[in-house]
Amino acid sequence: MAGMREKALAWLYPRPAARAWSLLAPGTFWLIAFFLVPVVMMFAYSMMPRGIYGGVVPGFTLEHYKRFFDPLYLQILNRTFMWSLGATVLCLLMGYPLAYLIARSGKWKHFLMFLVVLPFWTSFLVRTFAMIFLMRDTGLINNLLLKAGWITEPLNMLYTPFAVMTGLVYSFLPFMVLPIYSSLEKLDLSLLEAAEVLGARPAARFWKITFPLSVPGVVAGSLLVFIPALGSFLTSDLLGGAKQVMIGNLIQNQFSSARNWPFGSAASFIVMALVLVAVMIYLRVRDRTPGGA
Amino acid sequence: MLIPSLIPDPAVASPVIPSDTPIVEFTNVSKSFGDSKAVNNISFTIRKGEFFSLLGPSGCGKTTTLRLLAGFEQPDADGGTVKIDSQVVNQKRPYERQVGMVFQNYAIFPHLSVEKNVAFGLEQHNVPKAEIPDRVVKAMEMVRLDPVKFARRMPNQLSGGQRQRVALARALVLRPTILLLDEPLGAIDLKLRKEMQLELKQLNKSLGITFVYVTHDQEEALTMSDRIAVMDNALVAQLGTPAEIYENPRTAFVAKFIGESNFFEGKATRKMGELWEIAGTLGGSFLVPNHPKLAAGTAIRIAVRPEWLDVCTPGSIPPGENSVVGVVRDVIYLGETIHVIVTLGEGSECTVALRNEGQLIKPVPWKKGDKAAVAWLPEDCQILEDA
Repeated sequence: MAGMREKALAWLYPRPAARAWSLLAPGTFWLIAFFLVPVVMMFAYSMMPRGIYGGVVPGFTLEHYKRFFDPLYLQILNRTFMWSLGATVLCLLMGYPLAYLIARSGKWKHFLMFLVVLPFWTSFLVRTFAMIFLMRDTGLINNLLLKAGWITEPLNMLYTPFAVMTGLVYSFLPFMVLPIYSSLEKLDLSLLEAAEVLGARPAARFWKITFPLSVPGVVAGSLLVFIPALGSFLTSDLLGGAKQVMIGNLIQNQFSSARNWPFGSAASFIVMALVLVAVMIYLRVRDRTPGGA
Repeated sequence: MLIPSLIPDPAVASPVIPSDTPIVEFTNVSKSFGDSKAVNNISFTIRKGEFFSLLGPSGCGKTTTLRLLAGFEQPDADGGTVKIDSQVVNQKRPYERQVGMVFQNYAIFPHLSVEKNVAFGLEQHNVPKAEIPDRVVKAMEMVRLDPVKFARRMPNQLSGGQRQRVALARALVLRPTILLLDEPLGAIDLKLRKEMQLELKQLNKSLGITFVYVTHDQEEALTMSDRIAVMDNALVAQLGTPAEIYENPRTAFVAKFIGESNFFEGKATRKMGELWEIAGTLGGSFLVPNHPKLAAGTAIRIAVRPEWLDVCTPGSIPPGENSVVGVVRDVIYLGETIHVIVTLGEGSECTVALRNEGQLIKPVPWKKGDKAAVAWLPEDCQILEDA
């Protein structure tokens, strides 16, 4: 065995390309087998007629894409888009000050960042169920408010857009905080001192120096919130009930109960196209911001 | 490459010779961080228009002193006063102080072009928009940075020396009363550093702006400064002109930190006219000039610069000179000078710097193992106050 190992290494050593590929091969195989092939299959399915019991039958059609432009589905897409955008904006408004304070909290910052990622230690599903217990009519929030006498009958929170939005913001907030924190944390504080000697008051220092230099973090965080929000279905399913369908629910439904794989595939590709547009905007913003990541 | 000549902005100031007018006054200033005192009860005055250096090893308090002056740090509650232009500024923020600053790492704003960096302070001070481009160009010319070529560049397209100039232009464009420089030449190569030293000195004189310069490089401080405050251990060890500091060091620290020094110790025995006789700890005796702290029995330490010493054959000491006998340990060729290291017994050594008059024509007549006497004039002894 040792001899084979020696031989393999002796063969690899003068061949840098082979050496690189020997390391890249497992990952490449994984991505091809479990990402590229399924995506190509889905793309093919999205243009084939549906089979009666799921699956597809041979043929070519664009009817699934056409079908998507029905006002019913466009409304779902629009709602998904607006909610994702809303969740992104709320995460940004809450996450930026949080990331800023953590980045400026000296020796405590590592501990505070640990707290930010702590929720990931439990499953997403469990956390979403916990939200149900918090928000339902007999849940913790309503009980507390009733006991305190601030309300006389339970607030209807669960299965409303409010619940879905709360769930989305709660789930994705860490993804906003992490990249913003990392861009603020590496900000050279002498830049702020330089700005101060040059006459910049605190607000000017923030808007002229700190914020522009954290834009790459803001954009990365926004994408990390917006993209998964766009594809989320668990949150809207559990917290929104059946009433607040997002595009993720629609797609999931097509592959399960509705047994319309081609339509589900077509809807997936439309969402992917939207995500691609978002990523391209990100890359353009990032390239125009020197000094950032 | 077109290098515009050094054009001082006539509106800034006409050349000012350092006068006695104080511009900065530190009175019993202390600053503590936790339990440690970074600056301990220091007092000094900086004169209007002078090139003033704060010199010392790292951790001596020089940077804290500069930051107290800039306004990034406030003195302790009972920590004395910092005055700029006769105004107590203890609690004033940096932007209320009329100071400019060049940072050690330059602190150029990475997301702004050169011209935007230079214009930053003007915008913050609400200078009319129409005036800004003109002042930016003038400031860039002042630091010899071609505006046509560099105005639109981003900081990551500049060399270290060019960034240095941007930092300087950005500070000078506001016409500050005082320019603070925190080891600005530390990161650039030797040749450019020498060039910048002269340029900074020239800017100081032509603009009439007071420069306060922090450095740990004694040669740099000697080259550029009108006066130097040597700092050690949170205190000002000595303040004076470069010549005073170098030729008349008051403490062993100053004598060692600035240039090289040989130390001799002994006890005063008797006064002989204007001189005192000292019984050396290495045996024999030597003469030193009169000094207020001397009395019979006083233990003293003196410093003598290597270039003020001479090496002689024992027995042919020039009359009136002090001498100690020893053995040559090494002869080191340094180009301009030749260092002869002489062991004086009990492990103590002494370095003599001889002028190199051409080793190929007129070599130094000393080699390792020679018996030799080290000789110097009584007036070249510096009596140290801390011994």
